[in-house]
Amino acid sequence: MTRFDRRSLLQGGTALAATGMLTGPALLDWAKAWAQQAPWKPEKNAQLSLLRWKRFIQAEEDAFMELVANYTKATGVKVAVTNESLDDVQPKASVAANTGKGPDMFWGLYSLPHLFPQKCVDVSDVADYLGKKYGGWVQSAQIYGKSKGKWIGIPVAYNGNVMNYRKSSMEKAGFKEFPKTTDEFLAFAKAMKAQNTPGGMALGHASGDGNAWVHWCLWAFGGNLVDKNDKVIINSAETEKALNYAKQLYESFVPGTASWNDSFNNKAFLAGEVHWTNNGVSIYAAAKAQNMKEMAEDVHHALWPIGPVGKPTEFHVAYPIMIMTYSKFPQASKNFISFMMEAANLDPWVEKSVGYLTPGLVAYEKNPVWTSDPKLTVCRDVAKNTLTAGHLGSVGERAAAALADFIVLDMFANVCTGREDAKSAMKMAERQAQRLYR
Amino acid sequence: MTDLALERRARPPMRRITAWDRLKVNRNWLGFWFMMPAAGFLILFLAYPLGLGVWLSFTDARIGRDGVFVGLENYQWLSDDAVFWMSVFNTLLYTGVASAFKFAVGLYLAILLNQHMPFKAMIRAVVLIPFIVPTVLSAIAFWWLFDSQFSIISWSLRQLGLIDANINFLGDPWNARWSVIFANIWRGVPFIAITLLAGLQTVSPSLYEAATIDGASRWQMFRYITYPLLTPIIAVVMTFSVLFTFTDFQLIWAMTRGGPVNATHLMATLSYQRAILGGYLGEGSAIATAMIPFLLAAIMISWFGLQRRKWQHGEAND
Repeated sequence: MTRFDRRSLLQGGTALAATGMLTGPALLDWAKAWAQQAPWKPEKNAQLSLLRWKRFIQAEEDAFMELVANYTKATGVKVAVTNESLDDVQPKASVAANTGKGPDMFWGLYSLPHLFPQKCVDVSDVADYLGKKYGGWVQSAQIYGKSKGKWIGIPVAYNGNVMNYRKSSMEKAGFKEFPKTTDEFLAFAKAMKAQNTPGGMALGHASGDGNAWVHWCLWAFGGNLVDKNDKVIINSAETEKALNYAKQLYESFVPGTASWNDSFNNKAFLAGEVHWTNNGVSIYAAAKAQNMKEMAEDVHHALWPIGPVGKPTEFHVAYPIMIMTYSKFPQASKNFISFMMEAANLDPWVEKSVGYLTPGLVAYEKNPVWTSDPKLTVCRDVAKNTLTAGHLGSVGERAAAALADFIVLDMFANVCTGREDAKSAMKMAERQAQRLYR
Repeated sequence: MTDLALERRARPPMRRITAWDRLKVNRNWLGFWFMMPAAGFLILFLAYPLGLGVWLSFTDARIGRDGVFVGLENYQWLSDDAVFWMSVFNTLLYTGVASAFKFAVGLYLAILLNQHMPFKAMIRAVVLIPFIVPTVLSAIAFWWLFDSQFSIISWSLRQLGLIDANINFLGDPWNARWSVIFANIWRGVPFIAITLLAGLQTVSPSLYEAATIDGASRWQMFRYITYPLLTPIIAVVMTFSVLFTFTDFQLIWAMTRGGPVNATHLMATLSYQRAILGGYLGEGSAIATAMIPFLLAAIMISWFGLQRRKWQHGEAND
């Protein structure tokens, strides 16, 4: 049996991905050793509370709660974890920020910390510590994490939003592999509809899936909400092209996508009502978890097709965590965040979430989960590839507000459902955006 | 003994009555203090938030940051905002149609329940169920009923061969509006029905007996006895109903989040989206404040209606 002393354990922590993971008691030993060495010492009698988005994957939840339990055992700091559905984290965090009362930490979406940067504890030290240890932060993580040169949140992970499709239906429609360009993709959508295996993407107020696909489409055609000086440039020929393309695509959707929120496509896909959609890998995970063998075998993932701009324009969900300035235990919070981002914890957690989470630290791309199941490989690079909210412009509160107010999503929905033509939809969006970016 | 008598006579002149003395025995003053706890409660939890909301609407406050006074800028912006006007239209449509239907169905149900029938108490209790079920729960039930892929309604009609594609309940703007209005009616009817039933039971049976002797038809009995005697209750219950419907939030939020393309956004949901989700507290407050005139109008109508004797007694003696 291998002997674990403090030193070998701590060294092991950095290279676990290569050497295999600690489990059970060994992991707890590691945690205890870590706690003694940790750069941040929890305050006396510290107790933490954390509000996070609700899990989509049970195994991810179990892994996270195990991590929390280990943390408490190793440090004696209790962590109360509450969950809210994706869309409700932000309002709760907003209210807490405004009233100065609530959980010590919020783990939310996209640029949440940028909604109230002055209410977030400076976590530059944590970011630097983790960045140095794990090969640095990917570009998008630096954009999401930093405000005015200092880190206001730690981009824990991303949720790759990728194309999900049924391979058998695709092949039946005469496609050997998933389309790589927007033109092929349109042909694919039409062919799928023609053989009665249509797909669909959410056009309701779906903050995850809806925002992901309309931004992909907008950017793929060179459209942008704002330029690099945050000047609103949504009303453009490129945007119009994107809108017209989306309208054609929409005609091959299953009816009703205008009412879809984030969970509709999961249900519809698993029930065999749609044969392609955009989603995380949670459909695949659910199919596996529910023993839907055929479905799990047939579901495949692909990267987004590339548009006229000639490069990927993916928009994945980012999950940053932040510490609120009103927290009485900022050191303990930092301690906890660094703990959960250590390889010994994060590696098994990522593995158990079946690729649903992609960490924003470069070293984690070596996690075996990305190669052990070829279906998950597409998710390895989502942190590296994703563009950020606001894209060319700043990622600050205005970009967050534009996402929250569904400016781009409503513009696409307006055109797709035929309520407005492209020109007037762009004008409406332009007007709304100018208001936010004044 | 004489000493004592003398002493009594030599008592100092009576002290002048001060304002404080008067106040001590003033019943209004006492009443004021008895009223204070209630008033304080109302000021703290009703007037202050309302005032704060109105004040915020004149500022550019963001979440986590105090705003500066910007005058009417938020309102100017809204006056030119198509989404805002659509939400006003939606709110009026939602309130108008839902209230009218709730009243009609509620009154009908109340009259039915007022008849003698077996299991009367149980049936009356059952009628209340939609009102008792938490809004969000019923909204989720409706959400499934109106689901674009799994709707039981679409499914049944398809099985019957009446339609060949699912009905796009919540994906089409007008379908979505009627769907949420229907859900609201379903929820709101019991409140009106039970309240009106209470009103019906205060109508003295002797009036109906007299009318029967006079040979009145059932319609005449309703028109000239039931309806006039019920008007005060109707005024109160409809005011409440209009206020509740106008400020509805949960049902819409759980079912559509204001979609598709803002077609079901009410002022309350839009205000929430802009203020809490978008972070623009000032603008969100302006939308919320813009609801006040409509609500005041609804209250005024019933208030002045209640003052009129005709409404109270159902006679033409104003």
